[in-house]
Amino acid sequence: MSEQPLFTFRNPWCAAGLGLTVSIAAGSALLGLIALPLLQPDLKLSGIWDAICSAAGVPRATPAHVAVQPDFTTSKVVMTSEMLTRPNAVSIGRGATLAQRCAICHGPQGVSDANSPNLAGQYAAVTYKELNDFKSGARVNATMSPFAINMSNQDMLDLAAYYAFLPRVPRSHSDPAPEAPVIVVNGAPMRNIAPCGSCHGDIDSKAGSPWLGGQSAVYIKAQLQAFASGARRNDISQQMRNIARQMTADEIDAAARYYESRP
Amino acid sequence: MLTNKRLILAHFWLAFAVFGLAILLGAWQMFVRSPLNVWHFNPELYYRSVTAHGSAMGYVFPTLIAMGFGYAITEATLERPIIGRRWAWAGFLLVAVGAVVALVPVSMGLASVLYTFYPPMVGNPFYYIGVVMVVVGSWIWVALTSINLVAWKRANPGRPVPLAMYANTAGSLLWGWTAVGAALEILFQILPVALGLTSTIDAGLARVFFSWTLHAIVYFWLMPTYIAYYTIFPRAIGGRLYSDPMARISFILFLVVSMPIGIHHLFTDPQVGAGFKFMQSVITGLVALPTLLTVFTICASAEIASRLRGGKGAFGWVGALPWKNPIMLATALSLVMLGFGGAGGLINMSYQLDSSIHNTQWVTGHFHLIFGGAIVIMYFAIAYDLWPQLTGRAMQSFGLMRVQLWLWFVGMIVTTFPWHYVGILGMPRRMAFYDYNNPAVSPQAFSVTMSVFGGLILVVSAALFFVVLIRGQMAPKQEQEPYRFAVAVHQPIRLPVALNSFGLWLALMVGLTLVNYGYPIAQLMALKETSVPAVYVGAAR
Repeated sequence: MSEQPLFTFRNPWCAAGLGLTVSIAAGSALLGLIALPLLQPDLKLSGIWDAICSAAGVPRATPAHVAVQPDFTTSKVVMTSEMLTRPNAVSIGRGATLAQRCAICHGPQGVSDANSPNLAGQYAAVTYKELNDFKSGARVNATMSPFAINMSNQDMLDLAAYYAFLPRVPRSHSDPAPEAPVIVVNGAPMRNIAPCGSCHGDIDSKAGSPWLGGQSAVYIKAQLQAFASGARRNDISQQMRNIARQMTADEIDAAARYYESRP
Repeated sequence: MLTNKRLILAHFWLAFAVFGLAILLGAWQMFVRSPLNVWHFNPELYYRSVTAHGSAMGYVFPTLIAMGFGYAITEATLERPIIGRRWAWAGFLLVAVGAVVALVPVSMGLASVLYTFYPPMVGNPFYYIGVVMVVVGSWIWVALTSINLVAWKRANPGRPVPLAMYANTAGSLLWGWTAVGAALEILFQILPVALGLTSTIDAGLARVFFSWTLHAIVYFWLMPTYIAYYTIFPRAIGGRLYSDPMARISFILFLVVSMPIGIHHLFTDPQVGAGFKFMQSVITGLVALPTLLTVFTICASAEIASRLRGGKGAFGWVGALPWKNPIMLATALSLVMLGFGGAGGLINMSYQLDSSIHNTQWVTGHFHLIFGGAIVIMYFAIAYDLWPQLTGRAMQSFGLMRVQLWLWFVGMIVTTFPWHYVGILGMPRRMAFYDYNNPAVSPQAFSVTMSVFGGLILVVSAALFFVVLIRGQMAPKQEQEPYRFAVAVHQPIRLPVALNSFGLWLALMVGLTLVNYGYPIAQLMALKETSVPAVYVGAAR
């Protein structure tokens, strides 16, 4: 066999192999890097070069003015798991005095008779965040907002420390505790709902998630409905809104009744 | 003519010994995460077992088969003892020692990172060192294959390289290049962390490097199977190969397009641009081409054999095939599994369809059907075909072989079909525990249980396989005819240089790799702040 030269366009195998490979690579690049990105209405590309950069995955810093600003106030409190976990006796004392203003709704010992939330034994970080949100307008309530508007940061720290210091509500019902509902223990993975217990105690407690044991079922239900409807939106990154929107009315009832019965 | 029979036999026996241990782990894993097991074990043991099963089945077993079969092909087709016999033994020892070095830390629970490494998880350095030893051992085989081919070509200028040797070299070159990705990942990214030299790792870049290896490794596993289709099957059923150039073109296509496509494993990864995902998706689609060519050529070869035996009619010839011949049976069953597995693969490679099954049990089902099914059943066939040559003793248990192959086929179907199905239901992969009491998970319980029984059938089949091999090893000595591969209907006397060499195809393979991987890798290397803290597995907490 005469050794014909391989790497020349006169060799049909070389010409065909190279031609096919280049045309397939170039064709898929044209489609993938230019045509398809330009066909995506959501990408808002300014031209061909922009399309190529976008499809190649070139990281871009988003200009600040492009970011969509929400038309409502968002929470400004940064939650960490260490936040307000070291109580201070002076702060608790000051908080006890300030709390007299709160007693008419939240009870003299932080336990409410009026379906207002029980604050006794609540994590200090949680109470502090909610007061802040009422003050900033991230959370709105006809009764709470005027109270919070004039509070200083120190007042809020003190109140939070005082309520965290009080003992939690004991189990209030004499009938046997209901079994934990599925939504609390398993959540609903197919609807992207994590188990309630994975943040609110029993399984795990996450920074910023309130203790719900002994809380009024009416209150819990009202808050879940407010999250679902968007009336309340001071949850971090829509965590609770995303969950509440996916929950059925029965699941909301079951979770509320379960937590009310818990100590 | 096979000269270094002990070398080849050592590769096969070690490969099958590793396979025998790993299949037991696999069956145990099927069981413990099924509803049949009451939840009472440490989930860490599951990940330990998955790591050992994957590393043994993915890295050690097929590599040894490719090496052993490769040496057999080199000696049988070039008709002379291999050059570099000592190097070959050194490569074998490296693989053997590497396997032990890797699997000791895994069994101690110090490297439960799964065989795909998954940075930022980082395990004991000896695990990675062991894997590197296995790869380096196999690279010796890669080098020896080319050295032997070049030496033969010098001695036989202008003669066509025998098809089996051409395909074997294509497989070795594919492996040599595709293993580079994981080697870069281990040497430059993971080992420095595992050895404590640094504590952060660019997990996104590591995944891109691994995808370089992870897809084409499947085609490396597939090579011995395809070589057996083309060069053992037609001879074993008393026919001829339909087309020699068609076979070469298939292997060339594998060499060029099967490597720069691994990013289809990263369709949901944020660090790679959508455009590159699309480009690799297109080229992944091209890999169907050599497989379709192969199915056509093999079916045509079967028809030739059947008509020589008196087969008639448009489809009547199928009945006239020698169905009692284990190679016939294995090839047919392998092609059926390849058909189903390939159809599933088309879903995995499609950028859009993939999102419905990405990271679900569908994927695990898919690669078990392709690798464990279509590929491994031909490894059995290769062993059955080569054993008399290697041992000098005739195989006698043909009935047992047929039972073994049927059991493997049935077991693999019963294992993987439900596995695919639960993937569609959304069952995630790589989990030790599923709560089948959960109303959302309970519909999967029946299918998962079925899979367990499939796994048990596979264990029985593997046990029968060992019985056949050991009986073959104990049969009386017998004079064997020289080993030969299938000849084509038109056996080539002259070939275009492109079909007799690799230069052009290697250039295209490397070029396509640069086009498809160059930018994503360069960008990730240039970006700052892409490293994350390593998560040490098995370290004291």
